[in-house]
Amino acid sequence: MAEAGWRHQAFAGWGRVARAEMDAARPERVAEVARALAAAGREGIIAYAGGRSYGDAALNAGGRAILTSRLDRLLDFDPASGLLAAEAGVTFEDLRRIFLPRGFLAPVTPGTAFATLGGALANDVHGKNQDQTGNFGAHVAWIDLMLPSGELRRIGPEDRLFRATAGGLGLTGIIVALALRMARVPSRFVRLEERRVGDLDEFLAVLEAARSKCAYSVGWVDALASGRQLGRGIVESADPAPPEPGDDFKEPRRKRLPFDLPGFALNPLSVGLFNALYWRRVPAAGRERRVALDKFLYPLDSIVGWNRLYGRRGFHQFQCLLPEEASHQALRAILETCSGSRAASFLAVLKTMGRDGVGLLSFGGRGHTLALDFPAFSGVDDLLIRLERLVLDHGGKIYLAKDARLSAEGFARMYPGLPEFRAMLAEVDPTGRMASDLSRRLKIKAGSP
Amino acid sequence: MNPPVWVVLGASSSIARAFARLAAEDGADVILAGRDGEDMERSAADIRIRGGGKVEVRHFDAADRASHPAFVEALPRRRLNVFLCFGLLYPQEAIERDPSLAEPVIAVNYLGAVSILSHLAPRLAAEGAGAVVVLSSVAGDRGRPSNYVYGSSKAGLNAYLQGLRAKLAPHGVSVTTVKPGFLDTAMTFGLPGMFLVASPEACARACLAYAAKGREVAYFPAFWWLIMAIIKAIPESIFKKLKL
Repeated sequence: MAEAGWRHQAFAGWGRVARAEMDAARPERVAEVARALAAAGREGIIAYAGGRSYGDAALNAGGRAILTSRLDRLLDFDPASGLLAAEAGVTFEDLRRIFLPRGFLAPVTPGTAFATLGGALANDVHGKNQDQTGNFGAHVAWIDLMLPSGELRRIGPEDRLFRATAGGLGLTGIIVALALRMARVPSRFVRLEERRVGDLDEFLAVLEAARSKCAYSVGWVDALASGRQLGRGIVESADPAPPEPGDDFKEPRRKRLPFDLPGFALNPLSVGLFNALYWRRVPAAGRERRVALDKFLYPLDSIVGWNRLYGRRGFHQFQCLLPEEASHQALRAILETCSGSRAASFLAVLKTMGRDGVGLLSFGGRGHTLALDFPAFSGVDDLLIRLERLVLDHGGKIYLAKDARLSAEGFARMYPGLPEFRAMLAEVDPTGRMASDLSRRLKIKAGSP
Repeated sequence: MNPPVWVVLGASSSIARAFARLAAEDGADVILAGRDGEDMERSAADIRIRGGGKVEVRHFDAADRASHPAFVEALPRRRLNVFLCFGLLYPQEAIERDPSLAEPVIAVNYLGAVSILSHLAPRLAAEGAGAVVVLSSVAGDRGRPSNYVYGSSKAGLNAYLQGLRAKLAPHGVSVTTVKPGFLDTAMTFGLPGMFLVASPEACARACLAYAAKGREVAYFPAFWWLIMAIIKAIPESIFKKLKL
């Protein structure tokens, strides 16, 4: 039997490829977090929050985890400044429900509202407004971090530890609470412009025009298209819309995917068909309409458990950032590799990024970011190795929140902040209490084998 | 007219938090009462930001019975509703290793509850209306080898509540005994043999509904009524051979 307060349980990353059995505690008060940390053994401990990291960032096989779901209280809100203090387990869904009707929105939000604030900071996430607004960590005024020793410390952006914690993958301790500068929105709607683009050149040109003009921009790429159609897709750009008389918002209706689709359901044929139809969804002349913010920001949340689409074996998500000067050539090479491998990816997202993250290991910078989904078919590891090499050759980096396969060598080359991050870890966690499958795979800690 | 007041006794548990949030959302004022003042202040802040009724925090210790009269005396002179959800559970094996652990279980679950409710009863009766909702347990329905100290403390509580219900009914005060099955709380997290576990939010919502309807005894989720009816119907001569 497990010790009192701990539960032995199987966990998986959102992509369901990375899996781990862990002993988990679920503290409901801050003092209980310290007690759980103290129980970390040789295998270490890591925070597990919304479970929306695709790979192994929140997994710690054979070790322990601290579930933060019950640390879900709002602590302070100043409507004048928009500063919100909240416990780390509060989700973007909570913020959406409570603050959107009052005209406030999280300044940066990932593509799912079921992620938590703590997880958003630990991965220094970004949204469709990265170009102008940067990553999540840039909007955080302070962090209440419980160090691996159990000491609770409030740190601000001027602290070195802040730069190690934002984007630090949970390895500096447990994020207990944080203060976020909420953004004001004029209504619960955006004015959304959708445009069909026929190839990669046009895609990049339309994105380029949108990045300085609009608050939000994002594109969907048909990753199965090849030849002259390589890089065809749809570009969406949006701005907060002013209120209109008769504005009426309904809570989004959600459907649940109650079972795993069989693994063969998503194959090049079915995905290719879907992609072709999806591309034609937008009229050739483009269109403009008012859309609810929730629906625009969180399109996939309308199907609860959509990750089961890929069947029991799960899927990999691959997201890279390519520096501007190399991105055109690199994107072409990556898309050619994908369509050549006939790896069915029907969630392929291309957008621009404009700002560096505040963290030492943040995923940010100026360039283009491409995200692809691959069902876990037999050749997927080879494909991911080829893609890693392509990204390295073009001076890009791979997003750790999505990743389960990047090599330690590749990681070290992509993230120049690693030596300083290691030095910080040696300071705050000399005994190596914090650990995850990702930290071992990427050999993040100094002197790790 | 004043909004209703809910006094939440044992306010640091997940079920108390969920209950307080829902009650305040419905417009009730909430008094959070418990031992961990710092933690309750965080819950109070949470409720204030979410909006709804007013909320305040008071110190309350179920085991410190001498403090109960002063706690009741200091409550606002308004119509009160009471949600009692404190409780203490040590695993039966732990009590068998150290029998002295039985005493705090009884002191909190039975003596503590009897004491505070007995001090509250005259106030409730004098107001001529109100609701008392007490979180008991299915474990009080039958003593089982796996947790009979905890179960007996709840059985005693259930009998007390039967009497209190009859005593307060003529004064327009309802008393609800809630018998939850397995709830997904800190008390049960990681315990072996849990199944059909219900969320604290669902239970809290049900408790508010019981109060509104003046229910007497409610199993939560309701199907536990059937499970417990079967368990109670087993003759003792057979029951003693079962390892339940």
